Amino acid sequence: MNESMNEKHILSILVENQPGVLARVAGLFSGRGFNIESLCVAETNEPQVSRMTIVTIGDLGVVEQIKKQLNKIVDVIKVIDFTGKKFVQRELALIKIRARPENRAEVLRMVDIFRCRVIDVGAEYYTVELTGDEGKISAFLNLIKPMGIKEIARTGALALGREKK
Amino acid sequence: MEMLTGAEILLKSLEEEGVDTIFGYPGGAVTDIYHQLVKTDIKHFLVRHEQGAVHAADGYARASGRVGVCLVTSGPGATNTVTGLATAYMDSIPVVVLTGQVPRALIGNDAFQEVDIVGITRPCTKHNYLVIDIADLSRTIKEAFYLARSGRPGPVLIDLPKDIMSMTAPYKPVKKVNLRSYQPTYKPNLRQLNKVLPLIREAKRPLILAGGGVVLSKGSEELTRFAKKLMTPVTTTLMGLGVFPPRDQLWLGMLGMHGTYRANMATSRCDLLIAVGVRFDDRVTGDIDTFASNAKIVHIDIDPSSIRKNVAVSIPVVGDCRLALEILNDLLEKEQLDGINEARAPWLDQIEEWKSTKPLAYEQGDVIKPQYVIETLCRLTRGSAIITTEVGQNQMWAAQYYHVDKPNSFITSGGLGCMGFGLPAAIGAQVAKPDKLVVDIAGDGSIQMNIQEMATAVQYGLPIKVVILNNQYLGMVRQFQELFYDGCYACTDMACAPDFVKLAEAYGAVGLRASKPEEVEPVLREGLAIEGLVLMEFRVEKEELVYPMVPAGAPITEMLLV
Repeated sequence: MNESMNEKHILSILVENQPGVLARVAGLFSGRGFNIESLCVAETNEPQVSRMTIVTIGDLGVVEQIKKQLNKIVDVIKVIDFTGKKFVQRELALIKIRARPENRAEVLRMVDIFRCRVIDVGAEYYTVELTGDEGKISAFLNLIKPMGIKEIARTGALALGREKK
Repeated sequence: MEMLTGAEILLKSLEEEGVDTIFGYPGGAVTDIYHQLVKTDIKHFLVRHEQGAVHAADGYARASGRVGVCLVTSGPGATNTVTGLATAYMDSIPVVVLTGQVPRALIGNDAFQEVDIVGITRPCTKHNYLVIDIADLSRTIKEAFYLARSGRPGPVLIDLPKDIMSMTAPYKPVKKVNLRSYQPTYKPNLRQLNKVLPLIREAKRPLILAGGGVVLSKGSEELTRFAKKLMTPVTTTLMGLGVFPPRDQLWLGMLGMHGTYRANMATSRCDLLIAVGVRFDDRVTGDIDTFASNAKIVHIDIDPSSIRKNVAVSIPVVGDCRLALEILNDLLEKEQLDGINEARAPWLDQIEEWKSTKPLAYEQGDVIKPQYVIETLCRLTRGSAIITTEVGQNQMWAAQYYHVDKPNSFITSGGLGCMGFGLPAAIGAQVAKPDKLVVDIAGDGSIQMNIQEMATAVQYGLPIKVVILNNQYLGMVRQFQELFYDGCYACTDMACAPDFVKLAEAYGAVGLRASKPEEVEPVLREGLAIEGLVLMEFRVEKEELVYPMVPAGAPITEMLLV
């Protein structure tokens, strides 16, 4: 019955801040064979409520089923799918870039163009902080790759709906 | 405020929920609870294995419509409940399982008899709890019962650390549940239901498919009214047996892998399928692409995730099945239904032709046919017994040849297909309905999976009748092997079995045996007339197969017939 294309969906899930709630959500994805591309979770302005932002991939039928199954979890308060909605999206990445004397200037130029910040300087590596949507982070990583990347830590996507203007 | 121990708070809270029956098994971590339990009016049934306790609580729930309760200790006591929880979860049965846990200070220490039962049972419970603060105890119990029986029902587990059971705290009964994240939809959307009417008007070959949701919502009467008003034939899933009178001309029998010829043909040919409280399991649909491919489908279910999970539908209706049928019946009051008998005649004639040309059939020869045993049992008990089944051929023959005439009386592990379910479930059903005749229809394989519960039934004087169809094989798997694995009977020979008659006697029950066809009826008559637990063994045709059969994944019209 699912003939639509596989697409990326950003889901924002408000959950009761109960022990085990992350395991319930993650277990649902693994147990039913759904994909998790990234998952990000932290408390909201209401301490009893946490927000999980999950990026998943599936066709419309699968994503509909994911949302229904999420809603079935007793501790899940609300599920928002940003697909087709106006929203803002950011991800934070920390990247250790090889910075030898001959390419330090180039690294700093890239950092400047992408509006990143260098947050740690070592003998051979700069650690750079970058925020943006997924496209910006991928573009930066592609450009910086030839210079040598030692390590990356990424948060995965975070998203909120846009307010009415 | 009254100061009570955790165990006392637990029991008070259970009494607040109206619990008067618990199936359980004591152990170190629940000794405090047991110490207090015997001082209450709650009746405790000591099973012989914790799996039996959950199945008994499950059978109790299915027969009574109330929440079944089970109490076991930590570690192995808790892990032994997993199969029972999964069984109840698949069939949406309201059960609350209370497990002991090691004291809080030892949790995570690999302490003696410690397991993370909340972690283990997360995917096979509707919800579960570890109580880590005694202040949460009574609220947790209130919530657990509410969750178990509301919305789409299901099992809930509460893990109770031993130190919480022995410490004291003030007790105040909790009166209301407040779960903002859990608000099941009972009242169906009227606009959606109104869309059903034109489809009903246009349909020439409508069909009703009812499932366990109709049993759980107590919607059998509304369903029957709906079907008769519209002169629309009814088929059910295994879980729906009993929701429609089996002797009515509109009754088609069960559909699916071992469904009747007419039910499967009607499903395939109908132009409108009104599916109520079903979830389109693969054993029902067979090949999904050809399933009801000529029909518009209306799907009524309380669980939104059941809708469009497996089958595309024209009109989804989320809500309580009984309420939805009630509203549909009210809406139909305003409809002109004159001439409906004439309009339905060609469709009902077609169904009658399917029925008469390809009925459920077997030939009773020199060796006892299992179907004959069930058919005779049904005749002698006039279809009014509560039937529990084990799983396999016995289950399918029971479904085909025992025509239960009421809901809550065909108690079977439908979703999980759990062997060993029938006997403990019969215990629960008999406890719930002490005046009813409860019969467990079993095979020689599955009865041995929880045979130890014979002792429980004897201890409490439960007059259950067990009918064993002994073909000396794990018959359903052997059937698969005969039909699809070139007759290679890998490990399905069960000829080495106990002497069931002597075994019954060893447990203090009565054992009877029939080896020839002419002994079937006398043995059944004798066994049914005896007051206590009776085990009747029928030495049946070893290689009898369940027909019709749809090979797994094939269209349900492609039935292998006798």
